[in-house]
Amino acid sequence: MLSAQQLETYITQNLGCDYIKVSGDDGTHFEALIVSPAFVGKSMVQQHQLVYQALGDRMRAEIHALSMKTLTPEAWLKSNS
Amino acid sequence: MDVQELIKNQVTSNPVVLYMKGSPKFPQCGFSNMATQILDACHAKYLAVDVLADQNIREGIKVYANWPTIPQLYINGEFVGGSDIMRTMYENGGLQTLLDAAK
Repeated sequence: MLSAQQLETYITQNLGCDYIKVSGDDGTHFEALIVSPAFVGKSMVQQHQLVYQALGDRMRAEIHALSMKTLTPEAWLKSNS
Repeated sequence: MDVQELIKNQVTSNPVVLYMKGSPKFPQCGFSNMATQILDACHAKYLAVDVLADQNIREGIKVYANWPTIPQLYINGEFVGGSDIMRTMYENGGLQTLLDAAK
């Protein structure tokens, strides 16, 4: 069964992240907060597509639902201040 | 007609198209249900396509949008997003703006 930690590793292996937090313990439904410089200048759809590309086939096979919040480093700093 | 052409035809000849599991009256998945409720809250008229009824469309739509999950919303032929992005855009009013501009 896929764990949140494994999912974090799969994502960060293919996408440089300043911060990532994945939660979810049923093996198929996950929530993720992902902060990456790669998101700069991209629409929300494009940001999410980058994450799906990083996950590749695992997304199709093992993950039923991944709801995610994607932020650029700047947006993340603003949301934390 | 191959499935990619069929999908292109569907999304370009209908202003608003929602690919979902089940139908608006009988959604078969929580995320698809949320998508229909969001569109109803926006008073949107849309074509609902049940991907469970056609395996070719169910897989073809993921290739078409380079997006691995269902539901998928299209406005004026453009892929807008899945249930996550629909909810975020509904909350910030962006979805209503797009829907009002759909023709």
